[in-house]
Amino acid sequence: MATSVQRASQLTMADMKGKVDPDWCPGCGDFGVLAAVQKALVELSIPNHNVVTISGIGCSSNFPGYMNTYGMHTLHGRALAVATGLKLANHELTVLVTGGDGDGFGIGGNHFVHSMRRNVDLLYIVMDNQIYGLTTGQTSPTSRVGMKTKSMPFGNIEAPINPISLALAAGATYVARGYSGEQKHLTELIKQGIEHPGFSFLDVFSPCVTYNHDNTYQWFRPRVKKLEDDAGYDAAVWTAAMEKSLLWGDEIPIGKFFERTDVPTLHGAEPVLNEGPLVHLDPNVPPHVARSFIEELM
Amino acid sequence: MKQTFAIGIGGAAGQGVATPGDIFAKIFSRRGLHLNAYNAYQSIIRGGHTLLTIRSGTEKITNMGDRIDLLIPLNQDTMDRHLRLLTAGAACIYNSDTIKPGAAASGVQLCPLPVSELADITRNKVAQNTLAVGAGLHMIGIGFPALEEVLREQFKKKGDAVVGENVEVARAGYDYAAAHFTDFPNPMPKTENRYAIMSGNIAMAMGGAAAGVKFYCAYPMSPSTGVLHWMAAHARKAGIMVRQVEDEIGVINMTIGAAHAGVRAMCATSGGGFALMSEGLGMSAMIETPVVVINCQRAGPSTGVPTKTEQGDLWQMLGAAFGDYPRVIAAPLDIGDCFQLIPEIFNLADRFQCPGLVLCDLLLSEGRLSVHPKDLDFSPGIDRGELISTNGSPAAGTTNGGYKRYKITDSGISPRAVPGVPGHIHTVATDEHMEDGVLISDEFTNPIKRRAMMEKRMRKVAGIEAAVPPPTLSGPRDADVTLIGWGSTKGVIEEACEILNDEGISANQLQIRWLVPLHGDAILEILKDSRHTIIVENNYSGQFARYLRSETSFVPNGHIRKYDGEPFMPHHIVEAVKEQLAGQTKLSVPMHEIMV
Repeated sequence: MATSVQRASQLTMADMKGKVDPDWCPGCGDFGVLAAVQKALVELSIPNHNVVTISGIGCSSNFPGYMNTYGMHTLHGRALAVATGLKLANHELTVLVTGGDGDGFGIGGNHFVHSMRRNVDLLYIVMDNQIYGLTTGQTSPTSRVGMKTKSMPFGNIEAPINPISLALAAGATYVARGYSGEQKHLTELIKQGIEHPGFSFLDVFSPCVTYNHDNTYQWFRPRVKKLEDDAGYDAAVWTAAMEKSLLWGDEIPIGKFFERTDVPTLHGAEPVLNEGPLVHLDPNVPPHVARSFIEELM
Repeated sequence: MKQTFAIGIGGAAGQGVATPGDIFAKIFSRRGLHLNAYNAYQSIIRGGHTLLTIRSGTEKITNMGDRIDLLIPLNQDTMDRHLRLLTAGAACIYNSDTIKPGAAASGVQLCPLPVSELADITRNKVAQNTLAVGAGLHMIGIGFPALEEVLREQFKKKGDAVVGENVEVARAGYDYAAAHFTDFPNPMPKTENRYAIMSGNIAMAMGGAAAGVKFYCAYPMSPSTGVLHWMAAHARKAGIMVRQVEDEIGVINMTIGAAHAGVRAMCATSGGGFALMSEGLGMSAMIETPVVVINCQRAGPSTGVPTKTEQGDLWQMLGAAFGDYPRVIAAPLDIGDCFQLIPEIFNLADRFQCPGLVLCDLLLSEGRLSVHPKDLDFSPGIDRGELISTNGSPAAGTTNGGYKRYKITDSGISPRAVPGVPGHIHTVATDEHMEDGVLISDEFTNPIKRRAMMEKRMRKVAGIEAAVPPPTLSGPRDADVTLIGWGSTKGVIEEACEILNDEGISANQLQIRWLVPLHGDAILEILKDSRHTIIVENNYSGQFARYLRSETSFVPNGHIRKYDGEPFMPHHIVEAVKEQLAGQTKLSVPMHEIMV
């Protein structure tokens, strides 16, 4: 995410609070993600009015309403497409995209893959609870095989998506996984993602206490292992990241899997933006240019 | 009747039909002549059959007309399909080495070119095309330098040798015609006017640039792709960001995202892509972020006939997205109007913060027309409505903790601040929301607030109606017959009226440009005096007739419909009007005689 941002002086957590309090179920993992995002913005001192939080639809997609930033609560699966247009029109804004696993990997899967290969400069946080919550508990693209839900009462028979491997394969230039139960660690990852120039993908285990009785805090706590604790791990090596991304079971890595900063961002590669953000360009076509457009047809 | 001259050039795709067409078009336009070109083709890159009709004259030419004066078949198939349609006075130039003529009507001049004697066909694969252009040019009384000039431009990039060779071949054709063929009695006239020759797609793209569009994105789909091509080629000069997106769902959402940041954003597609955009239009209306979406109709349903025209998407446009919401829908009347409509509809979309939909069709999108440069106004007046932007809006920068994005107003319009403006932070939502943007749908659904917000948005409809002019009748008020059309059929109905008037049947025309708002009362007022009303449209079920009836209870005396993929020709309408006035039928479906 953008590094060329203005800094605000002395923001506090209170400055980040939206007009209403979250309506998530008590104990929902999304509370931890919200707090970490707010903390990261305070620590980075980015003025609220220069931040846009954009979401799709789902429990976690109510997120922008709980933030004191510009916000867009868009359509199911479409947040990344909306965010891409907004970022290209005004690349001086810091763009955060938030959503869930159904929103991002199911209905929004196509935009997910293409946003990464384009290296759109934004941070995409997926609150991954491996279930559809707002629709009252159906199988999601990250539900594990065997998981029983209302839509697959005899157990899921479809293999889940691996969001980390997918992001690596699709060309995301920053790929990380956080855990809602690890606040400090998560806040660091969010800060890294915001400061990374290019597409930052952050998959966050955010347990659903109401509908997912398999992947609970108790289940995650002994399994998550921080990549940062592994002195031999080098997040600049793509193949190492790919290998780590396949781990699932007794040990599940969290932390920064991969980062590279040598790929131009989408807005950085676009010569039309050499003069500045589109929103600041003169809407009028200069007369000599207009004349040339007509003359080539004569 | 109009004095016009039409050239038909036909062949397989890949045989080079386009180049001779472009050459004739350029020569006509540089003589100050109007022209209209229509290309009947198929969804194939090589092979099949293509027929390009170029009709030219001193007066404005609004459609392909009824007759071909000069046919240039580039293969046997074209000869077989079209020679029989030529009538007295017409001519046919063909390669006598490879093509055999069939039986022609009396008075049709057959002009065989011995191509292998006139040019080295081992070196020049399209020699027959160039020879035919040269020969044709002589027969219509235009001096060779006009052709030489265009050939020099056409082949400049390929070097002097190629230029020289083509000029030589064209000259051989020109001289051969002088010695062996009879010229047309009236040489092509000349005027001091100069026109731009453009397709509807180019016109809409340029109209977008004139309207101040800064963001354009698309997924390729015939027949809308020409808009993308012009935008992409001219993006850097015009300062427009152009992106090709993964699908049309991405297109509409990216367009809305860019518009939300504060720029004018536009996209174009055809019926299938528009179907995918439908949910996004509802978002544009609900969050009150204006966008302009163009649908270039092709023959449906489904993949349908991708390279053929139809006016079959009216109800899709009317029904696009669920729920009630304000929007404007307009159908451009001709290719010049494709340009003019875009700034107009952007101003409305911006003022009323709602989607603006343009219902074009293949006939305009891919057809070509001569447009006077004065009709291409690049300073059309940009009205962004109540926009609070970072570009120095008076309200920007003031700290206003009480800013309400969806403030309830009498007009239904609420001042729109864009992200980045200090003091106006808010969240927009596709869920129903309160004046300050906070959701009412999830936590505590409130019927009073829901009703207030619904009425706020829908109040904009009255403002839109007042801002859009009602349609008007053209032609004599007390005519024998009133022809009602919408969008692209304007030109052909106009010419049908002229022919009918010449033949003693007085006809007038009511052509609809604004579909929403429709101005039903004004239409009823016009039609109440009509003696016999007929609705003309390019679809099966009479989509406009059904719409007009649903809005006004108006039922016409008859219908003329066409849904074979090809546009109307004037005689189709003229003959249908006659049979309906004679009481033979109330529904005419003209047969398209040209097999393309």
